[in-house]
Amino acid sequence: MKLRIDSKYIPLMASALVLVGLYVAGCAAFADRNFVSLGVIAKLFSENAFLGIAAIGATFVILSGGIDLSVGSVVAFTSILIATLCFDPALDPRQVGEVAQLLPADWLPMHPLAAIAIAVTLGTLFGTAMGCLIHFFKLPAFLVTLGGMFLARGLAFMIRIESLSIKHPFYAETITNRLNWTPIDGVQIPLIVFCFLGLFAIALYMAHFRRFGRNVYAIGGSEESANLMGLPVAKTRILVFTFAGFCSSLAGVAYTFYMAKGDSAGAGVGLELDAIAAVVIGGTLLSGGVGFLAGTLIGVLIFALIQSLINFQGTLSAWWTRIIVGVLVLVFILLQNFVTAASRAQQKE
Amino acid sequence: MIASLQLDLSLTVSESGFLAVLAALVVLAWRLKTPAVWPLAALALLAVFNAFFTVDFFELRWIDSHLFGIPIDILKNGSYVMLLALGMTLVIATGGVDLSVGAVMAISGAAAAVLIKEHEAPFILVLAIPIAIALAAGLWNGLLVSIFKIQPLVATLVLMVAGRGVAMLITEGFRPTITRQYYAYDEFVYIGNGFLFKLPFAVTIVAVMFAITALLTRKTALGMFVESVGDNDTASRYAGVNARVVKLMVYTFTGLCAGVAGLIYTSNIRTGDPSKTGLYLELDAIMAVVIGGTALTGGRFSLLGSVAGALLIQALTTTMLIHGLSSDQALVPKALVVVTVCLLQAPEFHRKIRRLLPAGKRRAA
Repeated sequence: MKLRIDSKYIPLMASALVLVGLYVAGCAAFADRNFVSLGVIAKLFSENAFLGIAAIGATFVILSGGIDLSVGSVVAFTSILIATLCFDPALDPRQVGEVAQLLPADWLPMHPLAAIAIAVTLGTLFGTAMGCLIHFFKLPAFLVTLGGMFLARGLAFMIRIESLSIKHPFYAETITNRLNWTPIDGVQIPLIVFCFLGLFAIALYMAHFRRFGRNVYAIGGSEESANLMGLPVAKTRILVFTFAGFCSSLAGVAYTFYMAKGDSAGAGVGLELDAIAAVVIGGTLLSGGVGFLAGTLIGVLIFALIQSLINFQGTLSAWWTRIIVGVLVLVFILLQNFVTAASRAQQKE
Repeated sequence: MIASLQLDLSLTVSESGFLAVLAALVVLAWRLKTPAVWPLAALALLAVFNAFFTVDFFELRWIDSHLFGIPIDILKNGSYVMLLALGMTLVIATGGVDLSVGAVMAISGAAAAVLIKEHEAPFILVLAIPIAIALAAGLWNGLLVSIFKIQPLVATLVLMVAGRGVAMLITEGFRPTITRQYYAYDEFVYIGNGFLFKLPFAVTIVAVMFAITALLTRKTALGMFVESVGDNDTASRYAGVNARVVKLMVYTFTGLCAGVAGLIYTSNIRTGDPSKTGLYLELDAIMAVVIGGTALTGGRFSLLGSVAGALLIQALTTTMLIHGLSSDQALVPKALVVVTVCLLQAPEFHRKIRRLLPAGKRRAA
């Protein structure tokens, strides 16, 4: 019996293979230093949860044939906005630097949950606005989101130039202590990992079991055909960017959970590239229409694994992560080109 | 945040001189029907604003027989984006885009700094090796796009992601600083800090590169080849244009421009800084090109427009810095201006506006 594999699964299987290969290689190389432990695996998730959240949004955008370069800046904007809104001078008098007066003084400091709600709403609306510009005026997505990238980063600096740590008791106690799950001693799974996995489950459902997901794939495959089929192209495209804005700002929230600070200069620098790289390494075609969310999860894990392998190795500089990720992106693009060409040749026969 | 604006209605000689020159340029560009008229007009508007609201914006001074002043600073600080925009114009005219120029700048700058500091190399090698590396980086992009048929956005993304890592490897994670004790110090520092014909030397480099590019594209058939490839790849191939070679050439040329820009920047700050050199400049370059009237879909280009666009971006940044915005906050107005200009140029926007007008006016328009 000959095993036949649909060619659309080949990149996904290749990603899975790379992930397993990297993990086995890590286990073999660092067996003496506890690489094979739940702690290391938990760290893979917790250190890259905000990348993962951003990558989920990027997956939808790329599947629909677009691209979103504003991710990192929106993370920075969200983080500094939250930090500023719940900044209490009484709790933390040592913070120096100007804090912009965003709201009437008697509204501040507000509870972090309210601040998070405001920040996520703004981030989501930001995505909607970019989607509208892209759809209604037929501007290229990379140009509009490039503008969005500048705008969001600049707005973050308008709020505050220096970073601002969050000392609110809600952050200090609830998030960092009480909402962590410690299944066994020494292994800690923070809240953001559950945020990431929960969002992933929802996204998986939306992509593969809802009409919205089908429409996204259809637009990414061919906008013209989608239009002729009577699919709601406008609604879907704008929703995709809205969702991406939501994911980016949620990644910003995850950043504040993880770092307990807002940072307009340092937060999310280059995150958009990492997110795109993770999506591509996960086997999604950058021209749109082909790919799986499961691939993105694998891509994020590959990214995380490379990082932690380099950490374990110790002598290589962290910059090798960037180079290896770049090479992997290239390999996957070439693989996809090859697969597309092969399946086209098959169709001709 | 913004220092209070003070209106000064009187015009000095230099202010009126600059305004007159800019107005003449706008009229000339209008007559010649080049797309450069839009960035030039915006530049003129900005100049009017500065003439009235910014103290001494146009005052030029002689110090040690060199020319100093804010307009000179704009020319000098705009030199990187102007250089990048030259290459980017041609790439975009072929229907592509190059995201890696910032990273290539970092690589060439890092290579130059390391050559001077670690290897005490002679000046000619300090120039030749980084430029050769930058050319190789451009050729790599070109190969991916033309031979492997990867979309340009993606192909150049690879080098954008990996390039800074390469630069870090070259400097081994440090930021090598060049000081007087090294062999090629004087010549190298001249590139970014020296003066030629009373003007910063970087301006001369840009002028020469611009002249060469303009001559090669407008006085030979090369420019037409570039436009035909951008307009319709297949049709131009049937017409006998070697689209592959054209694409290889424009990406390699962009690598060259980025390499030179990296040398100027590194020379200017006397440090090879792998993480900061050229950061976000690819975006500035793309914006300069788009503002300059080169269509992102490819097929036509205006080098003059791109250079004017680059100057507009730099003038805008400088104006905002003078008025008390930090360079980071200046991103906000910059983004707004760029999105607005793109919107004004978008055909879809024109169509929508026309539809909004009442029927009678529509016929007149």
